[in-house]
Amino acid sequence: MADNRRHAAVLGLTFLLLLLLPQLATALSKPDLLTLGSQIAIYAIAAASLDLLIGYAGMSSFGHAGFFGLGGYVVGILAFHAADNSLFLGIVPGLTDAWLVWPIAIAVTALAALAIGALSLRTSGVSFIMMTLAFAEMLYFLFVSLKTYGGDDGLGFRRRNALPWIAPRDDVAFYYVCLAVLAIFLIAMRHLVQSRFGMVLQGLRQNERRMAAIGVAPYRVRLAAFTIASAGAGLAGALNANLLRYVSPDSLHWTMSGDLMVMVVLGGAGSLYGAVLGAAAFVGLQSVLAQWTEHWMIAMGPILVCTVLVARRGIWGLLAGRR
Amino acid sequence: MTLLAEQLLNGLQLGVMLFLLAAGLTLVFGIMGLINLAHGSLYMVGAFASAWVQQRTGSFALAVLAGLAAAGGTGIAVEALVLRRLYAREHMDQVLATFGLIMFFNELMAILFGRQPLMASIPGFLSGSVELIPGVPYPVFRLAIILVGVAVAIGLYYLISHTRIGMLVRAGATHRDMVRALGVDIVLLYTFVFGLGAVLAGFAGLLTGPLLSVQVGMGDRILITTFVVIVIGGVGSVRGALVGAMLVGMVDTLTRAFLPGMLRGVMPASSADALGAGLSSMAIFILMAIVLLVRPRGLFPAHG
Repeated sequence: MADNRRHAAVLGLTFLLLLLLPQLATALSKPDLLTLGSQIAIYAIAAASLDLLIGYAGMSSFGHAGFFGLGGYVVGILAFHAADNSLFLGIVPGLTDAWLVWPIAIAVTALAALAIGALSLRTSGVSFIMMTLAFAEMLYFLFVSLKTYGGDDGLGFRRRNALPWIAPRDDVAFYYVCLAVLAIFLIAMRHLVQSRFGMVLQGLRQNERRMAAIGVAPYRVRLAAFTIASAGAGLAGALNANLLRYVSPDSLHWTMSGDLMVMVVLGGAGSLYGAVLGAAAFVGLQSVLAQWTEHWMIAMGPILVCTVLVARRGIWGLLAGRR
Repeated sequence: MTLLAEQLLNGLQLGVMLFLLAAGLTLVFGIMGLINLAHGSLYMVGAFASAWVQQRTGSFALAVLAGLAAAGGTGIAVEALVLRRLYAREHMDQVLATFGLIMFFNELMAILFGRQPLMASIPGFLSGSVELIPGVPYPVFRLAIILVGVAVAIGLYYLISHTRIGMLVRAGATHRDMVRALGVDIVLLYTFVFGLGAVLAGFAGLLTGPLLSVQVGMGDRILITTFVVIVIGGVGSVRGALVGAMLVGMVDTLTRAFLPGMLRGVMPASSADALGAGLSSMAIFILMAIVLLVRPRGLFPAHG
């Protein structure tokens, strides 16, 4: 009971802080806090979706950035074609409406994840880690080699996707959009992991043989989880492209996958909300350490090693106790 | 034809280099069950130490010694301080902690040597080129790398199949728990295996120095390629690492050399070059995916 109250307190405080961030940024006259806040919300979506795989399903995907970047490129490429009224592959016109573009980004990533997952899930353990990594690297090199869409340099576009009632250049409004998407995504994920499907998924992590014995088809359940999680990353990637009005192959690089895993574990794997704290800690630490020294990674590396070695339940475990 | 011969030699040379890296990585995984992303950092440390000593002293022999000592020393220190605590952990924890180590070592090298690439030069007695096959001049240094790599492979084979310590290493790779149960000083064996892998990685790094530039992050790219090698070969198997390294070296070199040319036949030159470069970077991952789909545990799985 006490634990539940602590959960609610930590959760409530975090969201209150995030909700009041724009006012805080104005009061402290630090406008870049707002961009940091949007970045945190976006990474939190990607990290929470990865947590479904790492923390609940026990599937160590090392290619999550592949889907994150793919979602971003859907936004970028559609905006590119909308700008010069050309067609993608000669058939698809460019689009800039968020209510069309974002679902397309989710659908494209989900389809890619279905194909990649179907192949990768035939392996397990370290081979699964390497298969997911390999496919993400393939996507990375694909976008590096597409000169039409900027290749190495990435692809910039002028306007964010149009949302009803919201001015495209309003950064505060966009921050609240990210926050709202994060909240909806977390609620949906919470329901998912507590549903029958979520229970089966966690059962598979603990003992695959027993689950198979009671009639579960492990492959299909895992493939569904992989697809859902990757679609979440695609959504986050679409938001990220909108925040920066730019996508580059860097967003698909394997170090980005590593960063997302760092957020999950820093926040506490298997807790969903931990992903928010992990993303906040990662982005926050990065910007604080980067002000202190350009060599911020020299501190970030050891912090990460210590988190893995000592604080295994992450920040969420530290604040909210056992789950 | 001459181009093909030259590219085959280049592929062999890349394969040898990858084998030096993969042998240690695959042994560490096979025996300790550790996924070590920081293996590329040891390669980088070896390259930096060697290039720096060569710049200061001008002596190639000293540079080689410095590179091996720095990589080996760093490897043993990291094993004792961090990695030892990770052997029994999940793969996820290992990946994360060693990812942290990559960040640390990349920044450390940037602080010590700056972000500008260091130039390592080819020593005088290995510069120039010879005509092995008439009409195909080939750099002596690259040939030397191939020869040294083959020598190391033979030495490693002897060490692992014909010595007492090699017997323990083999036993550790296939029956880890049994070796522990028989009272072998497993901590010492682990440190030895890790140190050996680190020295080999450093050796690969210092040999690469004069061919490519020595710079921060040089280990990250080759690390992923090395993982492709050991996964294709079957994680934990040195023989698999050798076969995987040659396969990957050849596929990577040959697609890079010939794919853009083939694509030029069907599309404009500039986009053919870009697409060709992208596709040849993907080639080894496609190779790995195919191998894993046919044999999910690689070509030569180590554990029975």
